[in-house]
Amino acid sequence: MNIVTLGVNHKTAPVEVRECLAFAEGSIPQALQQLQQDVGLQESMILSTCNRVEIYGICEDAEITRNKLVDFIGTFKDLPAARFADSLYYYCDQEAIQHVFQVASSLDSMVIGEPQILGQLKEAYALASEHKATGLILNKFMHRAFSVAKSVRTRTKIANSAVSVSFAAVEMARKIFGDLNDKTVMLVGAGEMCELAARHFVNQGVKKVLVTNRTYRRARQLADEFDGSAIEFKDFHSQLQRVDILLTSTGSPSYLIKPEHLRPALKKRKHRPIFLIDIAVPRDIDPAVNNMDGIFLYDVDDLQDVVTENIDHRKQEAERAEALVDIEVEKFIYWLESLQLAPTIKALHRMADEISRQELEKTLSSFPDLSKKQQKKLEAMAGAIVNKLLHQPISFIKEHSEYGEQLPVEIVRQMYKLNDTE
Amino acid sequence: MIFSSYSLLLTGALLCYALGMLAGFVQIYRSSPKTSKVENWLITCGFILHLAAFGWRFWESRAFPVTTLHESLSCFSLFLAGIYLWISRTAKVSILGTFINPLTTISLLWSLLIIQPVKPHPPALKSFWLPVHVVFSFAGNALLAITCGLGIMYLIQEHLIKTKRISNLFKRLPSLNQLDQLSYTCLSIGFPFLTLGIITGSIWASLAWGSYWSWDPKETWSLITWFLYAALLHGRLNSGWRGKKAAILSIIGFVAIMFTFLGVNLLLSGLHAYGAH
Repeated sequence: MNIVTLGVNHKTAPVEVRECLAFAEGSIPQALQQLQQDVGLQESMILSTCNRVEIYGICEDAEITRNKLVDFIGTFKDLPAARFADSLYYYCDQEAIQHVFQVASSLDSMVIGEPQILGQLKEAYALASEHKATGLILNKFMHRAFSVAKSVRTRTKIANSAVSVSFAAVEMARKIFGDLNDKTVMLVGAGEMCELAARHFVNQGVKKVLVTNRTYRRARQLADEFDGSAIEFKDFHSQLQRVDILLTSTGSPSYLIKPEHLRPALKKRKHRPIFLIDIAVPRDIDPAVNNMDGIFLYDVDDLQDVVTENIDHRKQEAERAEALVDIEVEKFIYWLESLQLAPTIKALHRMADEISRQELEKTLSSFPDLSKKQQKKLEAMAGAIVNKLLHQPISFIKEHSEYGEQLPVEIVRQMYKLNDTE
Repeated sequence: MIFSSYSLLLTGALLCYALGMLAGFVQIYRSSPKTSKVENWLITCGFILHLAAFGWRFWESRAFPVTTLHESLSCFSLFLAGIYLWISRTAKVSILGTFINPLTTISLLWSLLIIQPVKPHPPALKSFWLPVHVVFSFAGNALLAITCGLGIMYLIQEHLIKTKRISNLFKRLPSLNQLDQLSYTCLSIGFPFLTLGIITGSIWASLAWGSYWSWDPKETWSLITWFLYAALLHGRLNSGWRGKKAAILSIIGFVAIMFTFLGVNLLLSGLHAYGAH
């Protein structure tokens, strides 16, 4: 019995290949059925996201399954194997477990530590489970993968820092203001980046949004999207005292905001700080304003530097996370092996219980006068003898079967002739 | 050093404070809830030992033990540790200890280096007003020391944000707003304590020496310090002094407190000169 993983991801396949191989959610139930019937997988699930397409399965023979899986994809997607075969990776047992744990923990993602993949994996599992494609092993495997991901998230700082320019802006704002709930954001210009950053601020709790733009109608439109207010472009300097966070992205060839615009605003605000984010190129805000007390200016390069720094930090944390994953992989393999011992242990118990039952019947028939209580005591004694006698052989195979060693299991099976009885 | 139960208790407290201080430094590089817990646990242990030492000294001298420089430094360190523990629990700013515990440790270390046996109190110090004056003054001093620590933290964080240096320290330090608010809270509580310390000292002076105010160097410097903090508080309330300006003033204010507390005793003579011995 093997755990196998076959798939492509952003590292092995370009987007043209990934999009050809992607499974639409509606087609997955049928694919799962075919994986069982045509490929012979005992259990299966399909993870299909924009960055990866992966099939997880439980099978008897890993090598035969590989070829069948490639054929299945070719047939199901109506693609020649040559189109995608080079992009495929195929992992078996320990490698497969390690890979899936890494995927769940977002160590294999394009942006290390991004949280979406865990949700996608959970959805893929729920879908497979709903269509009864999963069983004992995949159920346990996925639940372990989810708990590994949670453990990585709580025990390392892999997801603590912002890795996009917009989130970096939010992170910096938090370091200045702490809570963002009662803060006011002003958008100067209606550029796409600026809008995206504003959306992040609103998602983080900012309630008041002011928008100004050379075209008032566009300012009005954007303000409506945020339930905010539009301001005439010529008036926006006079409104600066209301603003805690200011985002600019206009096409202006010269500086729109200079120290002399901020000085009166700061005074009216009783020197409460203002965070300025200049996403425009060429810049909209005179860099000299950063020398003023209470003014914090970040341009797009500064924010990009923060992102780069945070990505480096995540990579360092990823090394700690990998170590955690390795420990969990070992634990899961141990569980899998104990699972493989189960048939032998069951057979041993069945054989011993049968002998004990036959001997007990013989003995009890020689003593017809025994009371019910006395009979029960004899049955209990026979059961105790069986358990004590089995304890040693069971411990022996458990202890000596770690790391996939099959010989001790074979010895016990031959010793008790278990192969003959099955 | 006198090897008595008292000095052993103080040494134990010093050891705890010093280890707590080290845990605080470790926090800058490796922030984890565990390090913060260890730090607070050590400072709590140190505080309990220190309190026991203070009680022991009280019992030995049969009077409030804040009459020599050794006792004053030890008492200041005790108040600082106690108030730090209270603030760190209520405000949940774990890195505050990194900036406060060194002062607690140095103060107690200095105190231990000049430890003296119990001496009979001069008549002027045998007064009900001694503990009242000392408790208000030291509570005020400790709170204003924490305001200074928060001011230093503010200046560092402000510098890191301005210069865009995303270091470990940047991540560990709280937001500027939180630091500024907490500093204001400590100032708002510390200033009335400082004021009450000066008022009760003045009442005591009137009872002991027949005059409320003698323009003794310590009294003069207390007044200068009081004016500095009064100006800071007034500026904060009315002129929007906040952030960097308030942080710098809180540091200057604490330097004035330290000079009033130690500099005057060690460098200038006057009615409070007994504290230099």
